Order: sequence, then structure tokens, then C-alpha cells
Amino acid sequence: MIEPLGREMLALLIARELRDGFVVNLGIGIPTLVSGFIPAGMRVIIHAENGFLGCGPLAEPGLEDADYINAGGQYITPVSEHCFVDSAVSFGLIRGGHIDLAIMGGLQVSAAGDLANWFRPERGIGSIGGAMDLATGAKRIIVAMEHTTKNGEPKIVERCQYPLTGKAVVNTIYTDLAILDVTSQGLLLREIAPGASPEEIQARTGAPLHWTPALKEMEF
Amino acid sequence: MIEKLYGSADEAVADVPDGATVMFGGFVAAGSPDSLILALVRRGARNLTVIANNCGFGDYVDKLAESGQMRKLVASFPVRASTTNVSAFERGFRAGTIELELVPQGTFAERIRAGGCGIGAFFTPTGAGTVVAEGKETRLLNGREQILEYPLLADFAFVRAQTADRFGNLVYRGASRNFNPLMAMAAGVTVAEVDEIVEIGALDPNHVHTPGVFVKRIVRKEVQREGVPRP
Repeated sequence: MIEPLGREMLALLIARELRDGFVVNLGIGIPTLVSGFIPAGMRVIIHAENGFLGCGPLAEPGLEDADYINAGGQYITPVSEHCFVDSAVSFGLIRGGHIDLAIMGGLQVSAAGDLANWFRPERGIGSIGGAMDLATGAKRIIVAMEHTTKNGEPKIVERCQYPLTGKAVVNTIYTDLAILDVTSQGLLLREIAPGASPEEIQARTGAPLHWTPALKEMEF
Repeated sequence: MIEKLYGSADEAVADVPDGATVMFGGFVAAGSPDSLILALVRRGARNLTVIANNCGFGDYVDKLAESGQMRKLVASFPVRASTTNVSAFERGFRAGTIELELVPQGTFAERIRAGGCGIGAFFTPTGAGTVVAEGKETRLLNGREQILEYPLLADFAFVRAQTADRFGNLVYRGASRNFNPLMAMAAGVTVAEVDEIVEIGALDPNHVHTPGVFVKRIVRKEVQREGVPRP
């Protein structure tokens, strides 16, 4: 019986990819939760596209400051070493390759690492925000998303049907069922949720997966 | 010396004509020139091309769509993900009465910077292989496909700062800086809405974010947004 991961557990796993000194950008939703699991003693600069360098935890109720918000509009407290830049510098930081790790949400990810995460066809209009710049500029991109839609359809697909955010930009996919790497030989299944078999993960994935004897269950 | 301080937001927008291209600073509500936007709604100038990062996401930009004054929106984040409260802009877009130019946020910032800085055009890898590249010239540079993008300029730029001196030197606070310094350079007339006005010489010149040479008009903030605290 597969035990899919909750959002916090997924954020905890992703936080293991952080390294001391990293400059990180966290998308709205599950990615933002990663900031709550930065290992003790590790200093990471969380960059927000609005020009906030050094985002910290969500502000306590009553202590919110209208000028201290993250990319999702949430009120946050800064870390000690924080500073502010304008939007041209902020996106120069992104586009110029100074983001070590960007964690983004996803609607679809293809076997080649194409990412679609800004437009839902049924809505008919979408917002791009900083997603395309991040997809282009970050040194490494992790997508955090559910493995399937609410209707049980795969979100990891052979080719994205939704309009793209970026081509061949995703390095690793973290879902509530598995951790997969995008490689030149296709999608590599690296870790699976407790109680899952690789065949069950393949059955819920719309592109061929391969795995090695190193495949293991997620550990917490 | 020219007096830049205006008595009210209404006076500062009194000559915005129909058909003008206007820029509004701000990222969601932070750094959005609320008083000036409301004054522009009262002024009633029509057929406006509005350049703003977002519309109806904590800002008042959507009020120009509500009032029927917005002909076109150039933005990176025109609609919220949630469909519970559809904005007036989205209704106008679907009805075909408001045009949208959707621009990735980094390209949006750089196009405005280029406008103010006299850059003719630039290449960026952002959007290569996506709908953003459609109809645009592309070139392979440094092994990556890059898209040719052109500057954005406006007749009026409405910016929001924390402090101005009477010469128009501006200091921004926190994440409310965002597009304001870029837009301040990219318009024929820049109007700054500020919390605090100080005498010339009171600001540390090492800490001025936007030189007063770019600012033509200054108004004091008139509206206090409900529920958004500002110490």
C-alpha cells in the first residue's frame, strides 16, 4: 500500500539538496515550505523575484510589514544579512546564473525535462511572473508537484501538452510518490515513497522510467 | 528652482491625456502608487495603455479596467491563479475590449530599463521555445537560443517611494522598490507618491536610489490601504 508524501515531508526531502551558502529561489506552494527545513547551522540566502535577498520565516500575526513580502505576497521576516535590489538587478541575478537552486511548481514535466507551469488551458489566460526567467537562469531546477492530477492523470509525460515555461530545464522532479532525475538516457527513478514498487510508479507516469539497483525507499 | 511638490494626486495627474501610455510601479501591493492610481480613475482619461507587473493582485490597477479606461495591459502577472474573484481586466480581456501583452517578469524589467537607458533592443534566453518567442527574431548566442526584445517607454510613470526630498531624490523601502527605479527613468513625466518629504540636503547622497533629475512631480500619499500594515 503506497503512502504518498504530505507537502511538509516533500519539503523536508527537498531541503536535503540545500548546501551552505546557496542562493535559492522558492516558488509559491510546496517550494516555499522548504524554507522551514533548512538544516541547522546552514546559511542559505532565499531570493524573491521582487528584489528581496534574504527572506526568512513568515511574519508573526501583528508583526507584518507591507514592504517585506515574498514573491507570493506573503509577509515575511528577513534574515540578518538581507538586502533589497530593484527588479532589473533581481532578474539579472536570475538570468545571469547566480541562483544555485530554484524549486518550482509544475503542471507537467516531460521526459526531456521540459516544464509547463504557467498556463492551464481550461482557464484560457495565465500569468508568467518570474517562472520563465527562473527556468532559463537557475543553475539547477527542482520541480515539486503531485505525481498525478486530481483525476489520476500523469503529470510526468512524454511531451508536455500545456504551453511551456522552458525547454529541457528540469533536473530533478520530487513528487508525493517518487524522486526522479532527468538524464540523457531518460527519466531515472531514484527514490520511491514507502510501500511503493517501481512498477506502480511507472503505471502512474506517462513516460518510460528506468531504475538501477540503487533505487531505494525514501528515508525520513 | 522648479517646485516639484504638488498639492494633491489629482493635481499631479490633471494633464494625463486620453490614449496615454502609463507605467505603475509595484509588485503586488508593495510599492504600488495607490493614491495616483485612484486619482487617475477620477480624472477619467480613457484608452490608456497600462504597463504594470500585476493587475488586481493587491494593487488598484484593476480599477482602471473596472472604469473602462484601460485599452491595453502590458504585464507579467495579469491574473491570479484563483478564479473565485475574476478581475475586471480578465472580464475585459475575455470580452475582447482589453488587449494583453504578456511579458515574462525579467524581460518586463529589462525592457523598461532599456527604455530609460537608451538601449535599442536586447537578446534574452528567457522564453525561448515558448509562446513568448512566437513572431520574434531569435538568434543562437553562446550556444543558447535567445529572443530579441524591445524597450518599453511611457508618457507618465507613477512610482511609489518611502521618502523624497523636495528635489525629487527618492529612497525606497524594502521590497517596495521593485520596478519603481526603472520606471522612473522610462517616462516623459515621472510622478512620485511618497510617505515622507524632507528638505533638500536631508538625504544621504550615498543612499539615494532614484536621482531627482528623473522626477518631475512629487505628491504625499493620500490613501492608507486597509489591512496592510506599514510601520
